[in-house]
Amino acid sequence: MTQPLLDVAGVQKTYTGSGRTVEAVRDLTFSVGDGELVCIVGPSGAGKTTLLKCIAGLLEPTAGTVTLAGARVDGPPDAMAVVFQEYGRSLFPWMTVEGNVELPLKQKKLDKARRRELVRDALEAVGLADVHSAYPWQLSGGMQQRVAIARAVAYEPKVLLMDEPFAAVDAQTRADLEDLIRSLWHKLGVTILFVTHDIDESVYLGQRVLVLSSSPTVIMEDLAIDLPDERTQLETRSSPRFAELRGHVYEQIQLAKHRKGDQHQRDEVAPARSAHGATVAAEPGS
Amino acid sequence: MRGPVVDPVLRWGRTLGFALTLPVVLVTLWWVWSADSTNYYAPPLQTILTTFGDVWFSERLRADVLPSVTRLAIGYTGAVVLGVGLGVLLGANRTLRRVTEPVLEFFRAIPPPALIPILFLFAGIGDTAKVIVIVSGAVWPVLLNTVEGVRAVDDVLSDTSRSYGVTGLARLRHLVLPAASPQIVAGMRQALSISIILMVISEMFASTNGLGFSVIQFQRSFAIPEMWSGILLLGLLGFVLSLLFQLFERRSLRWYHGLRRSQRGEN
Repeated sequence: MTQPLLDVAGVQKTYTGSGRTVEAVRDLTFSVGDGELVCIVGPSGAGKTTLLKCIAGLLEPTAGTVTLAGARVDGPPDAMAVVFQEYGRSLFPWMTVEGNVELPLKQKKLDKARRRELVRDALEAVGLADVHSAYPWQLSGGMQQRVAIARAVAYEPKVLLMDEPFAAVDAQTRADLEDLIRSLWHKLGVTILFVTHDIDESVYLGQRVLVLSSSPTVIMEDLAIDLPDERTQLETRSSPRFAELRGHVYEQIQLAKHRKGDQHQRDEVAPARSAHGATVAAEPGS
Repeated sequence: MRGPVVDPVLRWGRTLGFALTLPVVLVTLWWVWSADSTNYYAPPLQTILTTFGDVWFSERLRADVLPSVTRLAIGYTGAVVLGVGLGVLLGANRTLRRVTEPVLEFFRAIPPPALIPILFLFAGIGDTAKVIVIVSGAVWPVLLNTVEGVRAVDDVLSDTSRSYGVTGLARLRHLVLPAASPQIVAGMRQALSISIILMVISEMFASTNGLGFSVIQFQRSFAIPEMWSGILLLGLLGFVLSLLFQLFERRSLRWYHGLRRSQRGEN
């Protein structure tokens, strides 16, 4: 790709609590080119959220730096928008859908006409043109997450960070939202960093997949996904190459879980199970 | 919100019917039982109601009711503003909270009327003193609830705000205060009844006008029906204020009740 837009260099994060320290992220170095769609996949408890918060400027890394477009990240940058997993807790329940999407734009000091335009376009882009004045809690989970995506899109970020955004929605909705992300990415040319624990999702969505180890986290593999750019739930997921890639990532994740160097007892079957779950659900669904 | 479709007027009428039945029964019983009362201290309700009109729809409305309501309004508003302001500060600052907590607990534990003698010594017996009494008693539920509400602001929502540049005053206005508003409003509801109590007590204690003063004056001069009518008026005042408060609560927390309903799966 072109020169890196986002550069993560030697990021380490250690939490110090009452009398004990936990090393969540050991040493992460990677970069994301302008316009890329990169997925980060790792077993549950791999410090994925910690990493994402460090990149978003919400947490300060213990060591290492994050650089966005040449400038060091030391607080939430304007050119970044985050979509969190817990849609129910990331939308303001006291504001309408429109209010939620508009608030960050007010903080950006955009004039009213421009704000209105951005809100309308963003809601239309995520397929929610007719719920402007509804409250988030009146919508289904999938629709709420669409609102959160619309808010991120309207913010016009260079980089869109997504932290397991579809982990809490049902399989059918999830497939729809995955396709929405691919199409928004094509349409807007935004750079996307997508964190997930779902192997299938990472392979289906990404141009590249970064495989993380268990905590304390390092990058085990930086895998290029050589699937065709035009992806559909049915064809892509049933292609032999898709199966190979997901098999490969799956093996890496299994390795990752057993190679948890330290005394960590975080072993869970979650990645494997959810990978199967997604496969089973997605095939007849789409 | 579901269930068979009922004509809204009919439903409203039925709600009103339920709400009014018991009061009507009680008033009727009072009326009937007291009708030929010869007890000097418990005159017939009819006498009390006649007196009510004569006493209160007169000069007293301006001379006694208005001062009371004004003290109440200023004292209550002061308590809410002070409680929310301090509550936001303490809720947002752990160190400050830990330093002030024991002192706050102590002051909260003092029954507010017990402060009246001291406050009147320092602030005289004028309106200021009465307002201070109301504030000093009514501020606690607002303050403590605001602290709790501010502390409990959701982490994810907080991160979301930060990442979208909602900081400083905008954070206070769009995140902290709305998030704490259910607790704040609950505190305000308690503060309202405390305010009314303290208004009456402070006026009974030392005053030259006001509702509490009038009731005590009537009692001391054996104007018994007048005294009863004053008590009735205080009851009505409290009732109307509580209705207004419910209206305010329903409006300001519409989102909260909707959210709760949807979480319980009723939406």
